[in-house]
Amino acid sequence: MAKKQLFNQRTALILAGLIFGVGASLLQKWGNPPNMGVCVACFIRDIAGALGLHRAEVVQYIRPEIIGFVLGAFISAYGFGEFRGRGGSAPLVRFFLGVFAMVGFLVFLGCPVRALVRLGGGDLNGLVGLLGLIFGAFLGIQFLKQGFNLGRATKLPTITGWIMPVGMIVLLLFCIFKPTFIFASAKGPGALHAAIGISLVVGLIVGFLAQRTRMCFVGGWRDLILIKDTHLFGAIAAFFIGVFLCNLFLGQVNWGFVGQPVAHTNHLWNFLGMTLGGLAATLLGGCPLRQLILTGEGDADAGVTVLGLFAGAALAHNFLLASSKEGPSVFGPWAVIIGLIFILLVGFFMREKI
Amino acid sequence: MVEIDACGFSCPIPVVKTMHGLENNPGEPVTVLVDSEVSRENVSRLAQSKGYTVKIEALAEGYKLILNPQSSESTG
Repeated sequence: MAKKQLFNQRTALILAGLIFGVGASLLQKWGNPPNMGVCVACFIRDIAGALGLHRAEVVQYIRPEIIGFVLGAFISAYGFGEFRGRGGSAPLVRFFLGVFAMVGFLVFLGCPVRALVRLGGGDLNGLVGLLGLIFGAFLGIQFLKQGFNLGRATKLPTITGWIMPVGMIVLLLFCIFKPTFIFASAKGPGALHAAIGISLVVGLIVGFLAQRTRMCFVGGWRDLILIKDTHLFGAIAAFFIGVFLCNLFLGQVNWGFVGQPVAHTNHLWNFLGMTLGGLAATLLGGCPLRQLILTGEGDADAGVTVLGLFAGAALAHNFLLASSKEGPSVFGPWAVIIGLIFILLVGFFMREKI
Repeated sequence: MVEIDACGFSCPIPVVKTMHGLENNPGEPVTVLVDSEVSRENVSRLAQSKGYTVKIEALAEGYKLILNPQSSESTG
């Protein structure tokens, strides 16, 4: 029975990965930026811009996919009796891990999901980013093996778990009714988007499936290295196959390093940016997508992490840390180095004897 | 019997703690306490991959997983 259950879980995970991959490819066809059908980091950054937390005019839009991820997970968690208010596991540390993860992702220009989307569109810089991500996960695993953890969470009143999902509903209202205080890009990636309804439905479906299957785009790599387990990796592989095959079918594959959309070719900082993101996400226990899903399940620690991602996005554009298609900015590499030092210190000093 | 209390820890800490528990107590049964479905699934998967059988008892707040090496007990 256990084996059958495992088989079912694995089949569900692979199917969910495929559906998500195809969705990420189709969203480009339907209007999202090229090689950015879904990017959790970029989309949170766009929402931060729409709220005026940064003023980079080309990346301001309330992305309904992000709202859908949280609300899809919320619906699923409630439906399957897994919604639980919880929190209190080193929230401040999680916030800053979120901040620096976002800085790393925006130096590379993509989260662990978009690295696959980029590679699936032929952008070979995505491969460099993936190698950096895997190296970051490898570093994080060394701390995990030595007893690193962020401490225990405790049960919290259910209402704490509702805060972030309700916040997402407010964002959805802003997205639909466009009050004057919300910014919206007139050009650039922020101006490229699928219809609100399409983005929201894809987000809801993926959020629901990701909650059921525990899909994680850092956890898959981590488990491969840490416990030689391919379960979660199945979703990563299936996602890549889905996005790549659908891109091929739609004629969206263009192999090469140079001239790729919303990307640069600096291998060192593509690698190290994702090393920072991968390391932070490994210590956090999951990629940005997984943090959104946990937020929908009532996890206040994941909620704080998501707020850290928003703050990191605002900092990355206000302090000119984010890269552009010309390459890394002047300050971006310094921020990556500071982030790596911060996380190495956290990793070293938050170990307990096991 | 060795008992590991992994309640309150989020992924992947329960798995790491279980891994250490199994490595440090070869051939012995190990009990793991977890408080989420995700931890229950992850710890069960790890134990099965290491050749342990898993017996799951539901508690008021979470689950007790009894991991037995090469046992013929039925799995949950």
